Amino acid sequence: MKTEQKKVRVLFAKPGLDGHDVGAKVVVRSLMEAGFDVIYTGLRKTPEEIVRRAHAERVDVLGLSILSGSHLPICRRIKTLFEEQGRGDILWLVGGNIPDRDHEELTKLGVDGVFSVGTPLQSIVDFIHERVS
Amino acid sequence: MKPREETGAQAVRNESGLEIKPVYTATDVESSGGGGGIGAPGEFPFTRGIHKDMYRKRPWTMRQYAGFGRPEETNERFRYLVAHGQTGLNVAFDLPTQVGLDSDDPAAQGEVGRVGMAVDTLRDFEIAFAGIDLNEITVSLTINGSAAILMAMYFAMAAKRGYAIGQLRGTAQNDILKEFIGRGTWIFPVEPSIKLVGDTILYCAEKAPLYSPVSVCGYHIRESGADPVQEMAYAFCIAKAYIDHVLGRGLHIDDFASRLSFNFDIHGNLFEQVAKFRAGRRLWAKIVKDQYHPQDPRSMWLRMIAGGGGGGLTIEQPENNIVRSAYYALISALSGTQTMALCCYDEAYTIPSERAARIALRTMQILIEEMGLCDTVDPLAGSYYVETLTNQMEQRICAVMSELEAQGGIVSAIAAGRIQDVVSRQAFERQRKLESGEIRKVGVNCYRMDAEERPPVEFHPFKEEVCAEQIERLERIRSERDNAKVAGALQTVRADAKAGRNVMPSIIAAVEAYATVGELTQCLVEEYGRYEEPTRF
Repeated sequence: MKTEQKKVRVLFAKPGLDGHDVGAKVVVRSLMEAGFDVIYTGLRKTPEEIVRRAHAERVDVLGLSILSGSHLPICRRIKTLFEEQGRGDILWLVGGNIPDRDHEELTKLGVDGVFSVGTPLQSIVDFIHERVS
Repeated sequence: MKPREETGAQAVRNESGLEIKPVYTATDVESSGGGGGIGAPGEFPFTRGIHKDMYRKRPWTMRQYAGFGRPEETNERFRYLVAHGQTGLNVAFDLPTQVGLDSDDPAAQGEVGRVGMAVDTLRDFEIAFAGIDLNEITVSLTINGSAAILMAMYFAMAAKRGYAIGQLRGTAQNDILKEFIGRGTWIFPVEPSIKLVGDTILYCAEKAPLYSPVSVCGYHIRESGADPVQEMAYAFCIAKAYIDHVLGRGLHIDDFASRLSFNFDIHGNLFEQVAKFRAGRRLWAKIVKDQYHPQDPRSMWLRMIAGGGGGGLTIEQPENNIVRSAYYALISALSGTQTMALCCYDEAYTIPSERAARIALRTMQILIEEMGLCDTVDPLAGSYYVETLTNQMEQRICAVMSELEAQGGIVSAIAAGRIQDVVSRQAFERQRKLESGEIRKVGVNCYRMDAEERPPVEFHPFKEEVCAEQIERLERIRSERDNAKVAGALQTVRADAKAGRNVMPSIIAAVEAYATVGELTQCLVEEYGRYEEPTRF
């Protein structure tokens, strides 16, 4: 349970080798402006590094931005790591160039929200507010 | 849907912040300051184009970006494009290759052959370019962090096929400084990264004088959030950083400047883009002339590939992107580009289908064959509006450059993350304006359809087995090659890097012995270290 004082903590990560970070940085700024406490990892983080950081920083939300098309293998690996190391209450979001046909599989892997290119920033903020309370 | 508001009384500004008047006259051209006039095409200051006859002599090179899977799949797409009239190739590499990893590296998992062609050794280049006449079709390698290695492979492959390196044409993107701002395929820290670019320029100046070792990219800086003025200003500052570096290593400006090229972006206001290119061409000529004193007029040429415009295309109603790309191509032709590449309409979804790639190619061919774009040079010259805007854009670009130089220059600004901060803040502002409707985007925030139909996009089939086959080939080469020779060659690369010598000759020797991209990158990382990205907001 969050009190009014405690800010929602978000780890925003770029997994894999994809260097396209325009969207990631735009979302990070909008989450910061919405009052969340946001840590941005920068590029090329492995699933292992990301999950370790998410636990170490005790975040409420993990956001991944992937535009290279490798979202399924990356999220499969993260699911395994969550199974091994625990996930707690972390809300798991994935955004970027994610075709509709992959949404179902991502959901099955445990992703709570998929935000494809074209998603209004406010709807990501609203989703987090709704789910982390 | 809100109708477009009347703009009669309000101020209208273009993206670069210049106020646009309802009517322009000769007085506006005069009062906006001509900076020495527009001159004649092919003559200093080259406002109207770097060649006297421009497309009368030869239309722009059509160079669609392509590459995926193994070299076999990519070779097939290359042959398809050439068979349909494409006049140059523009190679897309997969991300492991771009960041210097072999296909069997654990960090490459899931990424092999996905967004471009997988390359591990020289063998992959031999397969990718089989059946392509490298004199007939010039090849552009879109590679940056690992550019020295991939250029070495290209030269080694060409030499093996009997081409004289001294006569070889082609381009490498090899603009590492912009990778720190956008695109993100850096490997080494900023300073050794510049040194490596310098090595390639020095090598080409001596051995491959017709090859263009660097294509300085405003493109990705603009895609990261820069406005058109910043796009040009930052690119020019980056180009100057490379020039200053190699002059410091003993080259004369005329040894290499005519082979520097640029890569620019096109989306947004048509007239602003045309003015941007005309202004940029004139300003670059003046900068090189005044600051570097060349004897050869070609050293002052702003040679460019212009097109793309990925940032202007939309995931919504993707067929509209065919129309947008056609306008971008028109802008590019009106701006006197040397080479054109267009984004395909389905690129927000997938690797372009053959059909989408063909439509992009046909778009350029229609301009050449049907629309009269090759008939006369710089057709918008003399327009009161375009000339005024050209003058104003030149002054703006100049002002941004001066400001940056006064703050210590682009290299320190990039190393500290300041440019990244400026452009990403602007990208955020732009997104907000798109969502509020302040910037209008058809199909995105206006003219949307109630029930958006799923777009007719054919997804590129990514074959997981391609990765296994690529790894199998890599393992086979590792077991068949002369490993003592490879170890010796890698040792020489390391020694050259340590001593600060030009590493190109030893990298070429190593790739000829079938050293891998990953092995060579690792050697260089041991001497140069790895870049640490500033990630604070």
